[in-house]
Amino acid sequence: MAVVSEQTLTAPRPAPAPAKAPLLQVRDLVTTFRTDRGKVVAVDRVSFDVARGETVAIVGESGSGKSVTALSILRLIPNPPGRIEQGEVLFDGRDLLKLSDAEVRAIRGNSIAMIFQEPMSSLNPALTVGMQVGEPANLHRKASWATAFARAKELLSKAAIPDAGSRLNSYPHQYSGGMRQRVMIAMALACDPKLIIADEPTTALDVTVQAQILALLKQLTREANSSLILITHDLGVVARYADRVVVMYGGRIVETAPAIDLYTKPRHPYTRGLMASIPRLDGDTGQRLVPIEGQPPDLANLPKGCAFAPRCQSATDRCRQERPPLEAVSDRHYKACFLDA
Amino acid sequence: MPDTVTTQAAATAADTTAGPLLRVEDLKVHFPVLKGVVVQKQVATVKAVDGVSFTLNRGETLGLVGESGCGKSTTGLAILRMLKPTSGRIVFEGEDIARHDKGRMRRVRQRLQMVYQDPYGSLDPRMKVGDIVGEPLVVHGVAGDKAAYRARIAELIRLVGLLPDMAERYPHEFSGGQRQRIGIARALALNPSLIICDEPVSALDVSIQAQVVNLFMELQERLGLAYLFIAHDLSVVRHISNRIAVMYLGRIVEIATRDQLYKEPLHPYTQALMAAVPIPDPVLEATRPQQIITGEVPSALRPPPGCRFHPRCPHATATCKTEDPPLRDRSGGRAVACHLHA
Repeated sequence: MAVVSEQTLTAPRPAPAPAKAPLLQVRDLVTTFRTDRGKVVAVDRVSFDVARGETVAIVGESGSGKSVTALSILRLIPNPPGRIEQGEVLFDGRDLLKLSDAEVRAIRGNSIAMIFQEPMSSLNPALTVGMQVGEPANLHRKASWATAFARAKELLSKAAIPDAGSRLNSYPHQYSGGMRQRVMIAMALACDPKLIIADEPTTALDVTVQAQILALLKQLTREANSSLILITHDLGVVARYADRVVVMYGGRIVETAPAIDLYTKPRHPYTRGLMASIPRLDGDTGQRLVPIEGQPPDLANLPKGCAFAPRCQSATDRCRQERPPLEAVSDRHYKACFLDA
Repeated sequence: MPDTVTTQAAATAADTTAGPLLRVEDLKVHFPVLKGVVVQKQVATVKAVDGVSFTLNRGETLGLVGESGCGKSTTGLAILRMLKPTSGRIVFEGEDIARHDKGRMRRVRQRLQMVYQDPYGSLDPRMKVGDIVGEPLVVHGVAGDKAAYRARIAELIRLVGLLPDMAERYPHEFSGGQRQRIGIARALALNPSLIICDEPVSALDVSIQAQVVNLFMELQERLGLAYLFIAHDLSVVRHISNRIAVMYLGRIVEIATRDQLYKEPLHPYTQALMAAVPIPDPVLEATRPQQIITGEVPSALRPPPGCRFHPRCPHATATCKTEDPPLRDRSGGRAVACHLHA
């Protein structure tokens, strides 16, 4: 069945990096973890593309595999207990999974940068902000520290940190949560990355600050024509910032489509369920929300067929027995569901 | 079995109908900042809650929204008397509880309960679910004989949409949404008239949030409960609340009915909050004006002079920088603390 899902997204398999090939092509990625309860498949045959300059949102709930997918792209899965079992991550035509550790390190923070959810735990408390933001230039570009500090100042100003010059010598704890996330963005931009992966970059922040940070991230990636993978559980954030959306459930992609198609014509029962279950700032009041009944899937104990079948109103015997492949419903819209809805 | 919960709630609703269920007047909760090891000296004061007033009627939901550090959780804790109010009145069911001692609070707490944010941290992992739900009955000496106690636990567990045989299981066997239901069952055990809910769904997955929000609303209809619903998610608050109070740096800046507030937010901070919340509709978002306010919430240790919002307010005038606007009543029962709406 792996072949089926791969074919639907890749056929015909692209030639290595012609000019118009997508920047990133993830193919049939499988990442597993050893746990007390046996081997857990956290990412199960995931394939998707990210075009140059495109913002792709990966949406899902906890345990859906969205963060593990991102970490697998950068080979940041701790081994053991984790292991990338199979697949390809073609970045500019090179398979990141086949590179040596040194080669991957040369890419991380350079042409692919990552922004994490919790800025305080991603920053080194013992180093000044200037050193941390200047480090990528020093490390990857072999810039002198004087040049790196000048670059850090420029990046911090770009990230809208007021009075950047005098704040270079401050430590992370002297920054507020929102300012720390701006520092993370400045660090990510240090080497003009082609791809930025942002994993729930604003979940720990207040609403007004979240809006500031996301707008900044979007503006800066647009200016640099960088691609952005935005991992989130917030369908509002996706609607505001993403060009295309990948919806994950139980470690698998259940639907992927351009953002407008996904919201106007969701085809997978899980996507539909999510849309119906969230209250909207402009929605009908007094109406009951339509929740998705049941509980989120247990990755150590996934059903045999479709992972969503136990919670799906329309599930048939086939759904419970067979895993549905990801198939095209229209040009760039794919769903993994047997139902013709 | 008759639905004793419903009948009891109805009976209590009938005997004290005069006045609001809860009236908070000029509530202040200040924390001293101490310096020194042996001889401690107060060097500053954090005014976490600084003059908050509102009322909450029976069977009503009042949403309390704001960003971190605005004092919304501190307000909740002060009403529950888990924190000592510095000054002000907290009139609950006609009785000012602001200065009650432990013994008197114990009696009040049967009617005033709480649901916490963290469904993992708020349940004792070594206790069976039935004992967690029944503990308030034991603590308050109303458990009755074994059969009555068991029956009441089964009733409560059914009430929150779980199965009675789950009483014999331990919290770790349940998912986040189910644990939150257990927390709600425990809060309902003593037939409260008011439940203070502090971010009760924000730790839950999106698809589970709706289940719990619906449960809160169903329980309110069946039992006539009132909620003080503290949350930062404006979409959830809008869905569940009858009225909403918006807090900023220890003060209420605007209080209004749901429709008033979301149709026509008056305070610039309320407007900024609404604009910051993305709507899950890419077509709408593409055309929605993106007015993002700058800056972050200042420290409550040194609130700005004048209107506390003025450094971030796009409409601030000279008056706003020096004069603190009071919360003024306007027509339709709403109130705003803003010089632009004097």
